[in-house]
Amino acid sequence: MKERRFVRELVESKHRILMLSFVVGFVFLLLLIRLWHLQILNADDYQAMSENNRLRFVPVAASRGTIMDRTGAILVSNRPSFSLAVIPQEAKDREAILTLLSGLLGLDRADMAERWEKNEGRAKYYPIVLASNITRDQVEIIEENHFRLPGIEVEMKPVREYTSHQLAAHLLGYIGEISEKEMVLPGFDEYNPGDYIGKNGIERALEKELHGNDGGRQLEVDARGRVLRTVSESFPTVGNSVVLTIDGAIQKQAEKAFGEQAGAAVAMDVRTGEILAFVSNPGFDPSLFSGKLPADIWKGYLEDKRHPLENKALSGQYPPGSTYKMITALAGLQDNTINESSTVNCTGSYDLGSSTFKCWNKKGHGSTNLRKSLRESCDVFYYQLGEKLGVDKLAAAARSFRLGAPLGVELLNERSGLIPTAEWKLKRFGKRWYHGETLPVSIGQGAVLLTPIQLASMISTVANEGTIYRPHLVKKIVDADGKTIKETAPEILGITSFSKESYRAVKQGLFAVVNEPGGTGAAARQYDVKVAGKTGTSQVVKLHDSKMGTPYQYRDHALFVAFAPFDDPEIAVAVIVEHGEHGGTSAAPIAGRIIRAYLDGKKAPRKNMGGISSDDDDDENSDDEKESPTMKKNAVDGAAIHD
Amino acid sequence: MIDRRLILNIDWVLLGLAVAVCLLGILNIYSATTPYKVVGMAYYTKQCYWMLAGITISLVICSLDYHVLENFSYWLYGFLVLLLLAVLVIGKRSMGATRWLHLGFFNIQPSELMKLVIIVTFARFFNNFQSVGGLTVKEVLLPLTLLFLPAALIMKQPDLGTAALVIFIALSMILYVGLRWSTILTFIGVTIPMAFISWSYLLRPYQKNRVLDFLDPERSKLGSGYHIIQSKIAVGSGGFWGKGFIKGTQSQLRFLPEQHTDFAFSVFAEEWGFVGCLFLIILYISLVLWGLNIARRCNDRFGGLLAVGVTAMLFWHIVINMGMVTGLFPVVGVPLPFFSYGGTSMITSMVGIGLLQNISMRRFMF
Repeated sequence: MKERRFVRELVESKHRILMLSFVVGFVFLLLLIRLWHLQILNADDYQAMSENNRLRFVPVAASRGTIMDRTGAILVSNRPSFSLAVIPQEAKDREAILTLLSGLLGLDRADMAERWEKNEGRAKYYPIVLASNITRDQVEIIEENHFRLPGIEVEMKPVREYTSHQLAAHLLGYIGEISEKEMVLPGFDEYNPGDYIGKNGIERALEKELHGNDGGRQLEVDARGRVLRTVSESFPTVGNSVVLTIDGAIQKQAEKAFGEQAGAAVAMDVRTGEILAFVSNPGFDPSLFSGKLPADIWKGYLEDKRHPLENKALSGQYPPGSTYKMITALAGLQDNTINESSTVNCTGSYDLGSSTFKCWNKKGHGSTNLRKSLRESCDVFYYQLGEKLGVDKLAAAARSFRLGAPLGVELLNERSGLIPTAEWKLKRFGKRWYHGETLPVSIGQGAVLLTPIQLASMISTVANEGTIYRPHLVKKIVDADGKTIKETAPEILGITSFSKESYRAVKQGLFAVVNEPGGTGAAARQYDVKVAGKTGTSQVVKLHDSKMGTPYQYRDHALFVAFAPFDDPEIAVAVIVEHGEHGGTSAAPIAGRIIRAYLDGKKAPRKNMGGISSDDDDDENSDDEKESPTMKKNAVDGAAIHD
Repeated sequence: MIDRRLILNIDWVLLGLAVAVCLLGILNIYSATTPYKVVGMAYYTKQCYWMLAGITISLVICSLDYHVLENFSYWLYGFLVLLLLAVLVIGKRSMGATRWLHLGFFNIQPSELMKLVIIVTFARFFNNFQSVGGLTVKEVLLPLTLLFLPAALIMKQPDLGTAALVIFIALSMILYVGLRWSTILTFIGVTIPMAFISWSYLLRPYQKNRVLDFLDPERSKLGSGYHIIQSKIAVGSGGFWGKGFIKGTQSQLRFLPEQHTDFAFSVFAEEWGFVGCLFLIILYISLVLWGLNIARRCNDRFGGLLAVGVTAMLFWHIVINMGMVTGLFPVVGVPLPFFSYGGTSMITSMVGIGLLQNISMRRFMF
C-alpha cells in the first residue's frame, strides 16, 4: 500500500516537472517578446534617444561652512571665485581650443593639457576644471568668445577668505584641490577631481562637516551642446559651521607676543580642556595656498630657518626641560621618597659613579627643599630624587598624566611625544638602561619629548589637581540656520594617581617661581591675579659654553608653563620659544601676555563684532598701555631671572 | 571517498552551460568596466578568480553525498535564522541596509545563504510528508511558517530582492509538491488583503518609491526611474545586431547605474543586440530545463525536491534580473547568475550547480 502510494507520488511529480518546464519556457518566451519589443520594434526610437542622450551634469559646489571663534567672530568665510572648465564630449578639437585659450587668456597651455588628459577616463559630459582662480577679466573674455570655444564653461565656486589674514593659520589650515592620492582615501569616493577639500588644520580635520553637499543640474543638450531643458536640479547644501573654542582676542595677543620669534603656545581652560589659543609662530597666509602659490613666497617659506609651515603646537616635540620637574616631584611625593620638608644640599653639581651632573647654577643652591627646588629650578635636587626613583617610576608618573600618547585633539597628525623607559631603550637600541641616564630624564632632558599640547595638558592637570581633560578645539558644530548640531562636552581622559596634598605642595613651589624673590618666572606676574608657573630650558645641543656666540639653530629652547588664578585656576598656558635660550626671559613674558589677554577678556566681555579686527595700529597703543603695569613690575626682578 | 564512477558521471552539459555563461559574463564585465577608474585588480580578473573559486566549491560539494544534507537541514535552518537575527542586532550598516555580518576573518551575508538553506529545509520537510491529490490548506501552513520567519527577517534588513527570491523559491517547491485547487483559491483570497496591508504599513519609503517609479518611470528622472529609462534606452538602442563590443554609448558614457553588477545585462544587450540576447537566453533556458531534467531523472524524492529548488533559485534570479533591466519589474537589486560581477552571487550560484551535479551524478546509485 505504502509502496504503491510512493510510486504514484513519483509518477505524479515527474508529470509536474513537465508542467514546470512549460511554465519556464513560457516565461522565457515573454522575456524574448519584451526584448523583441525593445530591440526590434522600437529600436529606432531608442537609438535616437541614445544618440541624443546628451545629459550633462553641471555641478554646483556647496558653499563651505564658516569657522568662528568662541565668541562667534568669523575667522574663515567665503568669496566667489571663477574657474575654467571643459565638457569633453562637446569640445571635439582639443588642440585648437587649448591654443585659443592660452592665447586669449595667457594661461599655461601645458598645464591645462595635463589636467584635461588626466581626467579623460571619466564621463564625457562631466566638466573638467582646466584652470582655477581665473580673474573677472578672464571670465569676460571667455564669455565674449563663447561661440569659438564650444564646451568651455566658467564655473563659479565659493573660495575661502581668511578674515583675519594670518591669524591662527596652522590651526585653521587651508583648502586646495583634491589630489589623486586623496581621492582614493576612505570616505572620499564622492569627491570629483577639481573639488576643493581641507588640506590641513581644522579645514582638513572637519572637512566632512564644513564641505556641505554639492548640488548640480542635469541638463539635456542637443548635438551642438545647446541646452534643451533642465531634467532635474539638486541644490547644494551649505556646509556646517564650526565654532572653535579659540578666543580670537587671546589668539591675537599671543601671536603678537611672539613677534619674530619662532615657537608655539597653547592656552587651555583648566576646567574643560577647551583650547583658548593655539599658536605656531611664524604663521603663513592660508589664502595663498588655495590658488597657485607664487614660487618666491613658497621658496621663502621653505628657506626660513624658523619653519613657518610646520605646526609646532601640534607636531613639534621638545624636551620639556625643567617644566618636567613637577612630574618628578609628584612621583617623589607619591612614593614617599621625599616630603615637603626634605632637603638636599646643592653644591652646584652631583657625582654619580665617574660622571658629574651639573646644576645650572655652578655656585650651588645650598640647602634646598621642594619649594626652593622649584622656585630656583635646582637641578641637583631632582638628580638625587630621580636616582632614588628610577626611570620606570618617573615614566609611570608621566603616563599617569597621559603623556607619551596623543591626547586626542581634533587635528590630524598629533604626535605622541616620548616618555623613555628601560624597556623602551632595550627595544629601540637593544641596550639596557644605565642608572646615570635617569638623571637627565628627571629634569626633562635626555630622551623625554613633549608636544606643546601635552605641556599645556600637563600644567592644566597640575592646576586642577589631577583631572585630565581631552584638549579640544571645536566648541560646537552649527548648521546653516544657526542651529547647534553637535556640541563638545568636556571629556575626562583620566584622573592621575597623585594625592591632593602632593599637588598642593608642588603648586606652592610653582607659585614661588612667579611670585617670590629668586623665582625664575617673575616675568609672567600679573598685578591683579596670582599666577603660578615653571620655567624650562631644553638643550638643543650639549655643552656649549660661550652663549654669546652660539649660532641660532644651536641655541636652547625656552619654555614656560603657567596657570592662573592660583587659588581657583581657570587658564593654563604652555609656551615654547625655539632657540629662545631662557624660559624666564623669553617664554614667561609671552605666557604673561596670554594670561593678561584672558583676564582682560573676562573683565570686558567682547561682543561679536563680525571679525577679529586686524587693523593693528589702534590696538597696539592700547595694548601697550594695558600691559605697562605688568611690565614695570617685572622689570624689578627681571635682572635676576635665570633658569 | 570519491567513487571513480562518480567522476565518470560528471554532468558535462550542466557544467558546460554554467561556464559558458560565466565566460560571456567576464567578457561583458571587461566592456562594462572600461570607463571605470580602477584601483588595484581589474574587475574582470577578479571575476575570473571568483569563477574558479566557484567551480572548485561546486566540485567539493559533488564529492559529498547530498543525502547527508537531509540530516542537517533543520540544524542549518535554525542556525541561519539565528544568524539573520544576529545581523539585525550587530550587523554592519552599509548602503542604508544591514546585510553583512563581520566574522573577523571574512564577512558573510546570511540572507544570501538563506536562499540555499530554504531549499534544503523544504526538501527535507516534503520528503517526509505524504499527501495524496495535493496539499490542503492545513498541510501548507507549517511550511509557510518555516518560510515566513526568515523572509520577515530578511525583509526587515531591509532587502526586498532577497526576501522575494526566498519566497519565490519556496513557493516553486510547494507548487512542485502539488496543491489542491481549494488551497490555491484560499491562498489568493488571503494574499490580496495582505498585499494591501504591507503596502500601507510594511514597505519602506524607498521600496515604495521603486514600485511607483516602475509603474510610472517619468515620476523621477534622476532617482530609480532614471535607471530604468537609461537601461531601456541601452537595451533598445542595441537593435538587432548590437553596437559592438565596447561600443555601447550608454555604458561607455556611464549613463547606466551599476553596469557591471545588476545592470550587466543591459550593457550586453546594447553591445550584442537581440542576437546576443537570444544566445544568452538560450543558454539560460537550457540550464534551467536541464536542472528540471535532473530533478525528473532523480529517483528519490529528496533529490528531486532539492534539484527543483536549486533550479527555481537560478530561474527566479534570471527572470527578475532580466525583467528589471528591460523595465518589466521594479529595480530590486538582484544579480544575473554567473553573469553579473560579484563574488557572493557567483559562489551561491556555483553551490547550486554543485548540488545539481551531485544529484545528477548519483542518479544510478539510489
